[in-house]
Formats: sequence, C-alpha cells, structure tokens
Amino acid sequence: MNKVNVEWVIEKLLFISAISSSFIVFFIIIFMLHEGIPALAIGWDFFFGMDWSPSNNQFGIFPIVVSTFVVGIGSLLIAAFIGIPAAVYLAEFSPRWVHSIVKPCVEMLVGIPSIVLGFFGLMVLIPLIRDSLGGWGECILAGWIILAIMTLPHVISISEDSIRAVPKAFKEASVALGATELQTIWKVILPNARSGILASLILGMGNAIGETMAVLMVIGNPNIPWIPSSILEPVSVLTSIIVIGINYAAWGSMHQHALFAIGIVLFAIVAILNAITTTVIRRGVS
Amino acid sequence: MKIRESVVKIGLCSSSLMAVAALFIVVAYVFFNGAGIINLSFLLESPYRFEYGGIFPQIIGSLCLVGICLLFAVPLGVASAIYLVEYAPDNIVTASVRFFIECLAGIPSIVIGLFGLVFLVYRLGLGISMLSGGLTLGFMILPWTVRASEEAIKTVPYSYMEASLALGASKWQSIYGVILKSAYPGIITGILLGMGKAMGETAVVLLTAGSGLESFLPQSILDPVASLPVYIYMLATQGHTEASYSRAFGASLVLITMFLIISMFAMFLRNRYISRNSGF
Repeated sequence: MNKVNVEWVIEKLLFISAISSSFIVFFIIIFMLHEGIPALAIGWDFFFGMDWSPSNNQFGIFPIVVSTFVVGIGSLLIAAFIGIPAAVYLAEFSPRWVHSIVKPCVEMLVGIPSIVLGFFGLMVLIPLIRDSLGGWGECILAGWIILAIMTLPHVISISEDSIRAVPKAFKEASVALGATELQTIWKVILPNARSGILASLILGMGNAIGETMAVLMVIGNPNIPWIPSSILEPVSVLTSIIVIGINYAAWGSMHQHALFAIGIVLFAIVAILNAITTTVIRRGVS
Repeated sequence: MKIRESVVKIGLCSSSLMAVAALFIVVAYVFFNGAGIINLSFLLESPYRFEYGGIFPQIIGSLCLVGICLLFAVPLGVASAIYLVEYAPDNIVTASVRFFIECLAGIPSIVIGLFGLVFLVYRLGLGISMLSGGLTLGFMILPWTVRASEEAIKTVPYSYMEASLALGASKWQSIYGVILKSAYPGIITGILLGMGKAMGETAVVLLTAGSGLESFLPQSILDPVASLPVYIYMLATQGHTEASYSRAFGASLVLITMFLIISMFAMFLRNRYISRNSGF
C-alpha cells in the first residue's frame, strides 16, 4: 500500500513539473501584455506611425518593422544561396572524410556566442565596408553578413536532413532512366526535399529576426530610425531598439510600455513564422 | 557535359567550405587578437575601468549564472520529460503542455529577458541580481532540456522497461533504475548544449543580471553579477580604445574556449552513446 502511495506522489510531482514548465509561457504572455497594452492601445500611430522619438512622445514602429524584415530577408537570401548548395554537397557528393570535418564545423558555428560574432563584425566587417564601399560602415549589409553566418548552420543542417530523407529509390529510378547526377538532383531530389528546405528557411528567418546582440553591434542603431533606401544606411531593428532603449526608459513611462509592446510584436512575428514552419513540415510529411 | 558536372560539383563543394571558412576566420581572428593579452593576471585580477585589470569576476559570474540556470532548468526539464514520455495520457492536457513547451523554445531571448526584468526583477523584487539572471537563463534553456531528455528517454528500448517490470519493480523504480541509467548520456549531452547556449547569451543577462563591469565577486545570490558576454558588449560598444578592444578580444577568446570545451565534451559523449546504442 505504501509503495503505491509513493508511486502516486511521484507521478503527481512529475505532472506538476510538466505543467509548470508550460505555465512559464502563460506568465510570459500575461506579463508582456500587461506591460505592453498601454502602448498597443495607441493603435494605428503605434503600428504604422513613421516617427520613433521617445523624447517627443512619438512611438511609431513602422520604419523599425520594415528595417527588421529587410535585414532578416536579406540575410536569409545569402544563407540560402550558400546553405542549400552546401547541403546538397554534404548529402549527395561529399566523401565520408570531408563530411566528418565539415559537419562538426557547421555544428560549432551554431554555438559561437552571438556577442563574439557581433564583436568580430564590429572590428572587421565595418572598417572593411567603410573603406571599400563608403558610408558609415555600420549598415544593413553588415547585418546581412553577420546574420547569414548565424543562420547558415540551421539552413545547412535541416536542408541536409530533408535531402537525405528522399527515398533512394527515387534517385535510382531517375539515374536508370539516363539522367545525370545533377539532373537527378535538380529534377527529383530537390523538388522532393522542398518542404524541408522551405521549413529551414522560414525557421532561419525567425531566428534572424529574434537575434539581438550580433545585429545590434553592426547595424548602427540611429536614434531616430527611418525607412532605409540603400543597404549602406544604418538602421534599427526591433531587438536592438529594446536593448538600447531599456536603459533610458523610466519605469512606468510610455517609453517603457512601448518597448514591451515591441517585444510583443517581435514575439508575434516569430510565433507566426514558427507556425508556418510547422505547417510546411506537416504538409511535407503527409 | 562531364566538365559541366564537375564544375557544378566544385561549386557545391566550395559553398560548403564557406561555412567552414566562416568558423575558422572568426575563431582565428579572435585567437590572434586575444591570445596576446591572456596571462595569469588577466585571468585572476579584477577589472578597473575599461582599460585595466583582468576578468576574474566575469568568469566566476558567468559560471555562477550558468550554475543557477542549470539548477533550475535541469530538474524541472528532466522531470517534465519523464512525465511526457512515460506517464502522460494521450489527452488535451498533454497536447497543450507539449505545445506550450514548444512555444517557449520559439520565444526570442530578448523577450524572455524582458519578462525576467518585469517579473523577477520588479514584481518579485529580486532586483538586478545573479538569481534573476540565472532563473531567466533557466526559462530560456528549459525547452531544450525537455526536448533533449525526451529524445534520450525515447531511445531506450521498451523491452528494458518490460524486463524491469517483469522482475517485480514498480513503474518509478524501473524509470529511475533502468530508463534513466540508460538515457543519462543523452540527457547530459542535451544539458551541455543548453549550458553552452546559456553561457554565450548576452541580452538576457544584460537586462537582468548586471552591467558586466562589476569588479567585485558576488557576495550573495541577490547581488548584481558580472559576466563575460556583457563585459565584451560594454568594452566593444563603449570602450573606444585599443586597450579596451584587446581586452574584449581576450574575454571573447576565454568565452569561445569555454564554449568549445563544453561542446567537444558533448560531441564526445554523444558519439560514445551512439556507438554503444548501436550494439558496439
């Protein structure tokens, strides 16, 4: 009887752990909303206002949202342009020894602390861009390159997995029909791995948009953001505006509420991208 | 035709080498700029303003933060994983628990940092402190520990459980004595990866734990605490002198080294685990 009681207690304890793990998300949503709603309540002028100038009580985030997407999408295109061919090579052509060198390096690249990458960008990329292309140096282009380095490993790993998941029989059938290896990859393997590759790109975009420190250090963060017209202009993104602003915002002021509202917007964008990823993967499986 | 094929192949190969090159360029650059400043006094002294002293409090602070983070996230994460794999009935509660843990994994770290700031620092009154920072880091890596532990527990063959139950052990005895014993290398690998993530995280620590330049060791868990990533951030963005940049490189090198040690250990454990599970 006693033993049964112990078992029962342990099961309940484990259940409570699982429930409380998921409750953290609730808490996050409730507290973020509680702090952010006063700014969200501004409505149109918050979401589509063109001026972000906390000292004048102007809290329009539209230029910041646009810059965020410009930085995110650009870096993703670079990562896709390098990452997908790399994944094809790793999955289809690489000899075992090359694979055993490249794969751990790619995995290590995920873990380089973002602050170190950002510092590297600040010391190397920015002088390079300033000297060769002109402008301030701290700009969208630098953000693209640093974020592409951070997104690349995700794109490579997930794309490689989905290319490997294409049944061997498809490839054999194509080769048996007289197609060359490259034709097979282009016409058979890639279309079948499409959903996994797409998922890796959307997930990478979510990571890029949520990334904070590395981007912050290379994009310049002008005090009053504007919609950029060239990739050599400095911008502010959603994450950088929070980190820079939170030190200056008086607790309880509209500025602080607006920063939390930006956190909610960021959360919403990333959640939507993740939901799309899940749907894409699920559709690919079925 | 043959030539075109091999040209394309070389193109594919070189794009995968670019990923390797990126890693090596960053690590080598940090190494060559940071190695010069690292000596015993740099590692064992306290910083003084931006240009003088060492990074001892920063190293200790980072380790303390990661320690608190693991103390929070590991028990909770492993317990949740055990529940989800071994006990959870297939109903709406389980499905929503899974869903919310997945959600937590998707929240950008800066948002978790903001939550730590409003909930722990202000609402619970813990202040800017080691405890706030460590717990917030714990929120961040919790979903990873759950996921890694789930994967590790799932790979234990069900026959082990059956054998243990058939010998008369209760369900919890079987889980504790058999399942966890076989799954622990996988769980530890997951924890190590989360540890690396927590160690390099800057935004969360910047918002909740301290300004990074503290030159004292924390006396209690309610003191503000310095940490390597925030120290690098401060020197890099507000130092503006060669001396502070080279200090930031030194600190980066220490951070990368700590991280590489952790992840190599994790890879080593995982490879051993895989070869053991494949009947080696």
